[in-house]
Amino acid sequence: MAIDTRPAPAPAAPPPAPLAGGPNPPGRISDRVLFVLAIVGGGLVLVILALIAVSMISKGWPAVRSQGLDYFTSDVWDPAHGVFGTLAFTFGTVVISAIALLFAVPLSVGIALFITEVAPRSLRRHIIYVVDLLAAVPSVVYGLWGIAVLAPALPGFYTYVHDIVAPIPVLGTVLDGDPIVGKSFMTAALILALMVTPIITSITRETFATVPQSQKDAAYALGATRWEMIRAAVFPHSRSGMVSAVLLGLGRAIGETIAVALVIGSNAQITAKMFSGGDALPSVIANEFGEATGTQRSALIGMGVMIFFITLTIGIIARTVLNRSARRAEGSL
Amino acid sequence: MTTVATAPPARRSITSGSGSPRRRLTNAAATAGMFLSLLIVLVPLVLIIGYVIKKGLPIMSWQFLTEDIPLFSRATGPGMGPAIAGTLLITGAATVMAVPVGVLGGIYLSEYSRGSLFGRVIRFLAETMTGVPSIVMGLFVFTIYTLRFQKVNAFGGALALGCLMLPVIIRTTEEMLKLVPGDLRESSYALGGRKAATIVRVVLPAAASGIVSGVLLAVARAAGETAPLLFTIGIVNQTNWHLFSGANTALSVQIFSNAQSVFPGPQERAWGAALTLIVIVFLFTIAARLVSAFFTRRHASQ
Repeated sequence: MAIDTRPAPAPAAPPPAPLAGGPNPPGRISDRVLFVLAIVGGGLVLVILALIAVSMISKGWPAVRSQGLDYFTSDVWDPAHGVFGTLAFTFGTVVISAIALLFAVPLSVGIALFITEVAPRSLRRHIIYVVDLLAAVPSVVYGLWGIAVLAPALPGFYTYVHDIVAPIPVLGTVLDGDPIVGKSFMTAALILALMVTPIITSITRETFATVPQSQKDAAYALGATRWEMIRAAVFPHSRSGMVSAVLLGLGRAIGETIAVALVIGSNAQITAKMFSGGDALPSVIANEFGEATGTQRSALIGMGVMIFFITLTIGIIARTVLNRSARRAEGSL
Repeated sequence: MTTVATAPPARRSITSGSGSPRRRLTNAAATAGMFLSLLIVLVPLVLIIGYVIKKGLPIMSWQFLTEDIPLFSRATGPGMGPAIAGTLLITGAATVMAVPVGVLGGIYLSEYSRGSLFGRVIRFLAETMTGVPSIVMGLFVFTIYTLRFQKVNAFGGALALGCLMLPVIIRTTEEMLKLVPGDLRESSYALGGRKAATIVRVVLPAAASGIVSGVLLAVARAAGETAPLLFTIGIVNQTNWHLFSGANTALSVQIFSNAQSVFPGPQERAWGAALTLIVIVFLFTIAARLVSAFFTRRHASQ
């Protein structure tokens, strides 16, 4: 203990009463009230998520019971005859999300690198703002542009691409249509790619920005070019951030409804030919729910439950990876 | 590679690389690739906004913004008033519901949870809830409100949009409150301020502009949503300012249904509605940026 040269501490008098005063100051009640209100406000998140799960499962369950396992494994969707298999829609959702990421991930990483490593400091904010504008455009406007401008223009381009790759084994099949149409898996994937790019870009950009300058300088000091520095210092440091960015983009792609509903072609089929029309889980809900009753309505709500749990799982994984990498970044500083 | 570098090119910009031509070429190609990625994404953005302006402007007029939607859907000519009213009413009601609750939730996470397990769970769930697709929120509100009470009205849509906005507002509020320096809270305590008074009178005002900016962004996003409204608000051709009685409509829903039409009349209205919607959304986005720019400037000058 340090030597205490100060006068003895004040006599053990009761601590001064708070200025609000009194044994039961008025502030005490408002303290309580605010605390209760705040915890209720936060707890509402838990309540809503639980309600989503409970209410939708209970409304979707009849369809699963009436269709059995076929609800998940059959690709026959025939409301007129009461047959509801969702596999074709699940297939469509998986395929267009995968293709969208195939385009969006390299583009997003490229843009994020351009912003953090290449662009002059004065330009960075403006580029970020413009890329964020992509996220501000409502999805129905993407859909309108897709159905009115993009889809009519694409068959010619698709045919051109197909003619080039036709002799190549796998690509010749994938880049084909049955027939080649503008409203197709590929068109939906292209629009999706555009919509998830700002999301993936902003998270990867934030991850890249946490790379310690010392590591970049070290790479440069070893004579690395910028690209070599990025591969040696930026990428290894950002791996988990990039993984969670891709996952969050995937979650967004799986749930995206309106733009996809307008450009995918509403054609329930499982095919390897991506230039043909297809359908996806959320777009079927959007297109059919209005007129649906009985088992069909229940089947559509069940598809909503599937989307909810798939996106929830992806979101949880992504957030866990992101939080862990953020904690590690804090620890390393 | 064939020639041995005799001396390192001293004092040259390190970023241009001092390596072999192949390494420099790879570097240049990578840089070009990064720039190209930006370009590839910007071209469609410019095209989309360009098309919306080009195709939306011809039909834009005072009549378009105020008149009823034609009863006969193939008809040409104006009328989007009811949809504009619906978008404003539904988004406004959603904001009124989500902001107080969201701000309170943010206050809990930032001021009360103190690393408690419940606080960590709520924060994690709020983050996860931001990723719940809007169509799921639409179906959710359909099952708990529209179906349960047999009511198709603006309030159902507002509930769905409010659920979408809530986690965003909670997270923004928490982040903004955390930026408020601890000194401020301690000064208030030293003056005898109790916790509630400190939060309401000192901490919240200090973070207000940041929270407002976050709320404006959430409003901008909600105003453009279609999927949560499809099954909850119904459809109507006349302006309905009633929150709880009667069906309603919104710009996004009108765009969605008119976009699928093959007739020129509804298509024109879809583009006009898209232009109106984009203007509304961008106005809120710009307002959010102005508020936060004001915030950072004031912050920097302190």
